Amino acid sequence: MTDSTVPTLLVGTRKGLFVISGDASRATWTTSPPMFLGHIVQHAIVDPRNARRLLIGVSTGHLGPTVFHSDDLGNSWTEARRPPAFRSGEPLERSLSSVFWLTPGHPDEPDVWFAGGSPQGLFTSTDGGDTWDPVDGWNDHPMWETWAEWPEQNTPDGSMLHSINIDPRDGAHMYIGLSSGGVFETTDRGADWRPLNVGCISPMLPEIEPEFGHDPHCVRLHPAAPDRLYQQNHCGIYRMERAEGRWQRIGDNMPADIGDIGFPIELHHRDPDTAWVFPMDGTDVWPRTSPGGHPAVYRTRDAGMSWTRGDAGLPSTAWFTVKRQAMTVDRHDEVGVYFGTTSGEVWASVDEGSSWTCIAAHLPEIYSVEHADARVPA
Amino acid sequence: MNVRIPTPLRSYTGRAAVSATGATLDAVLVDLDRQFPGLRFRVVDEQGRLRQHMRVFVNADMVRDLSTSVTATDEVTLVQALSGG
Repeated sequence: MTDSTVPTLLVGTRKGLFVISGDASRATWTTSPPMFLGHIVQHAIVDPRNARRLLIGVSTGHLGPTVFHSDDLGNSWTEARRPPAFRSGEPLERSLSSVFWLTPGHPDEPDVWFAGGSPQGLFTSTDGGDTWDPVDGWNDHPMWETWAEWPEQNTPDGSMLHSINIDPRDGAHMYIGLSSGGVFETTDRGADWRPLNVGCISPMLPEIEPEFGHDPHCVRLHPAAPDRLYQQNHCGIYRMERAEGRWQRIGDNMPADIGDIGFPIELHHRDPDTAWVFPMDGTDVWPRTSPGGHPAVYRTRDAGMSWTRGDAGLPSTAWFTVKRQAMTVDRHDEVGVYFGTTSGEVWASVDEGSSWTCIAAHLPEIYSVEHADARVPA
Repeated sequence: MNVRIPTPLRSYTGRAAVSATGATLDAVLVDLDRQFPGLRFRVVDEQGRLRQHMRVFVNADMVRDLSTSVTATDEVTLVQALSGG
């Protein structure tokens, strides 16, 4: 029996997990019944090293956070024997309230995973997500209480660690994002960390260019050009050439009436100059809906020097939000771009963001959408 | 003793009431976790604190101190306590 690839999206919602499967042309899509109905699924990820393995970060309103894994594309699930957690009896008495972000480890380390949480802890598994340990070099770093939001701030979804990026050339080289806190980097597998926020402006802070304290909503390392980073920050869109070590605000090239506030940023899997964002209204009390109520994706093909609006097929007026994990891209030659909304719709573009089709509706509030072309028995 | 299980935890126990042993509430939860692995961490955090939206009753009395003593004739009830959509 051989495997074939089916276009697949994993959709984590406030009320469970949904799997959306497409045909080969990505024209027709089918939404599964809910899995984990009623559970809060913050993030659902397929293992790029083993496309039958799925991990999800789960909690409920009552119960503590945990991780489930599946080795049969979600037909059956097993709870982690030791979920991510801070160390018992630690001085700060931290308690993990959410497994907010999941990232597979380096391709050469097939059973390694990382999880980011709220409070802003980092955790790792070396057995495919079944047992987890704190990354002490981060969680117990002498600067953690200064860098992280602690005691935890009660922003709408809490203070979280997200955007765990691993250098494909070197698994010991990682980046993380803290909302709030900023971008941080390690080159020794998490034993030590340093802020990486030079050039990033936070106009709302007393010192507008502090060493840390920023709010990077989403940070992406380009898989084909790993010395290039993109960041959708609370205060703008940025790009960094790592050798320069300075964030450059490429959001200044967005239309002035749209601005460069948003949550997600996604990158083309081959072209380091192409990226997509979903701008949000960051004026007044920060409604975090599309500017003017007119949803659109913006795409750059020149590393942020210019941006093109893509709204064909999208509603002319709508008032949803797209969260930081709720946008994804596939690896087709003509890249598919997908996003999920807080109003429970999933939108797809198979022409690299120019035009859009609604492929699922009436789902619960969407927290994450991840592309997961699934290998299924043919 | 008899322990009544709320619906969010029945994926672990498979039933609405189970038997457990222990001289304190914490020991009862440890015994429940031995029988139904993973249950305790969903109810008690890594610092040994009852999670915010869980309640525990010993007979008719609500208790938050997990060191509270219990006996074999007591009935323990775990309750989910959260409003909202």
